Amino acid sequence: MLYDIFIDPFVQMYEMPDFFLQVLWEGFVAGILYALIALGFVLIFKASGVFNFAQGIMVVFAGLTLVGLNENGVPAYLALLLTIAVMGVLAYGVERVVMRPLVNQPEIILLMATIGLTYFLIGFGEFVFGGEPKQMIAEQLGLPTGSTAFEMGERGLIILQHIDIAAAVIAVVMVAALGVFFNKTRIGRALRAVADDHQAALSVGISLNQIWAIVWFAAGLVALATGIMWGARSDVSFALEIVAFKALPVLILGGFTSIPGAIVGGLIIGFGEKIGELYWGGLVGGGIESWLAYIIALIFLLFRPQGLFGERIIERI
Amino acid sequence: MFYREAGQFKTSYKADQALLPILQDRIGLAVILLTAFVLIPVFANDFFLTSIMIPFLVFALAAIGLNVLTGFCGQLSLGTGAFMGVGAYAAYKLTSIFPDANVILMVLLSGVFSAAIGAVFGLPSLRIKGLYLAVTTLAAQFFLEWCFIRIPWLYNYNASGAIEIPRREVFGVIVSGAEATPIARYFVVLSITAGIAYLMANVLRGRIGRSWMMIRDMDIAAELMGIRPLQTKLMAFAVSSFICGVAGAMMVFFWLNAAEPSSYSIRLSFQILFMVILGGLGSLAGSFLGAAFIWILPVILKFVPGLMGIDMAAETVEHATFMIVGALIIFFLIVEPHGFARLWQIGKQKLRVWPFPY
Repeated sequence: MLYDIFIDPFVQMYEMPDFFLQVLWEGFVAGILYALIALGFVLIFKASGVFNFAQGIMVVFAGLTLVGLNENGVPAYLALLLTIAVMGVLAYGVERVVMRPLVNQPEIILLMATIGLTYFLIGFGEFVFGGEPKQMIAEQLGLPTGSTAFEMGERGLIILQHIDIAAAVIAVVMVAALGVFFNKTRIGRALRAVADDHQAALSVGISLNQIWAIVWFAAGLVALATGIMWGARSDVSFALEIVAFKALPVLILGGFTSIPGAIVGGLIIGFGEKIGELYWGGLVGGGIESWLAYIIALIFLLFRPQGLFGERIIERI
Repeated sequence: MFYREAGQFKTSYKADQALLPILQDRIGLAVILLTAFVLIPVFANDFFLTSIMIPFLVFALAAIGLNVLTGFCGQLSLGTGAFMGVGAYAAYKLTSIFPDANVILMVLLSGVFSAAIGAVFGLPSLRIKGLYLAVTTLAAQFFLEWCFIRIPWLYNYNASGAIEIPRREVFGVIVSGAEATPIARYFVVLSITAGIAYLMANVLRGRIGRSWMMIRDMDIAAELMGIRPLQTKLMAFAVSSFICGVAGAMMVFFWLNAAEPSSYSIRLSFQILFMVILGGLGSLAGSFLGAAFIWILPVILKFVPGLMGIDMAAETVEHATFMIVGALIIFFLIVEPHGFARLWQIGKQKLRVWPFPY
């Protein structure tokens, strides 16, 4: 028993390095995708202190809109533009209808409002586009498909899907772009000011409403990119919503307010869960992927309650 | 005018400490109990009992459970569904190990198991707070759900992987299993819910409830004033899980007859959380109001298109229900973030000063 837990998995890793590397790659890709969802959460949390539960469903919604438009005869790139426009309208609508009347409410109320938004978007998405899974239009959008196999001498080979590589590249570009946006632009500075203190930001003439609309739009764009990537790997369906829950442990692992934290957290969860499932999962009957991420996050949290990169929580009476 | 305590004098401490010191409240409660115990069983049909009243009472109890934890002790939890599942599976195992024992006793006893598990998952709450804690309770949710699927002992190695409730009698009346009459189930569920609600109403206004509220309002200050955070928080977790466990066991024993692991999924957790938030955090009456709203509204929505003569596909109705429920949740959060319980408070105040505006 002890051998199975502590020694055997490592022996396997050493003996079959190709399989191990493949697992690592899978973990890396899964981690990137979790991180992309978490990124949307972080954006909104940073700027408004709202824990946006609807981010997962925004991913599905963006993907569905894109595919649905394309199915109805809109060319792929035009559909992409239209989807961006839809996300913009959604961002404005959310700001106007949900966030503005709820300003200054406790965080749990805002959390519940975003869960209400989740329900609304599920119903709306299914109402308009139907509930059955759809194929993502990866090729029409010019995303690479197919795969490359790398030989590792005599020790086997690793297969990399091109779409996964594209996902990784897009994630890196997006994080870099967001980093520049937050630190170098006028709006980015305004965003950080709002995150710091709503009242102080208001008093120096920053429009909260405008900032929130912008930040929800940015989160919508991140959701669209995530939806395309994730949809290309599997289908676009509401089952993705469950996957979106995985972004939560990623989020608490990285800290709610940190963009690099979202990426690092995503990678830790991605690696941890794939390796755990394939090397240790068999001991308890498999399927541990569904909760391992939460346990990993829980263990990290016990040592650092604010997450790896979160701002230090100072409590005063 | 109608609701005025003027002229109601109390001459002893006992009268002053009564659960409902105002006469009108006592009358109101008596009317509600009379309706629940006499009028509804006499006049309601089976459909009304099985698809509205029994689920409503079960959910109301679960909402009370979550309200103890989230509303009174301030610990946000998204694992309610799993704790209800623990109760259900524990009750199922207990009644298959002791087939002759009183099934109501077993249902109540199952709460002990879910209390123990709830206390274990409550341990991180000492270090982790707020939304971070909410996410860690998700660990409980997904881990326990996984256990319900992967541990065949829990469902007696059934081929279907679901638990099916056997026929059980209490004092010669069949209360569970397919043959039990709705009226018998209704009385069992009503008695348990009313009993626990009464118990909690007293616990919450006593020393224990007050220490929970101190932890909720500011845990560091409470600690400095001599409240032990460990015991208090864990007790809140245990009591909350106990109530949720009983509710979960009732859900399968007296309502659904059979349950799969997916019955106790994260969706259920959210549903209960909605009931608590919309009903009002930190209010027992709110738990009932929230449960009524969240459970009964979709049932009504299902029948509205038919009544209005519009022929809609079942799927469309379901999607529309999702949309409407989501929109209404947002609407009520905007209109009254403190929930229906607060509306009730406002209503009482209006009655008190009527016919004057204030």
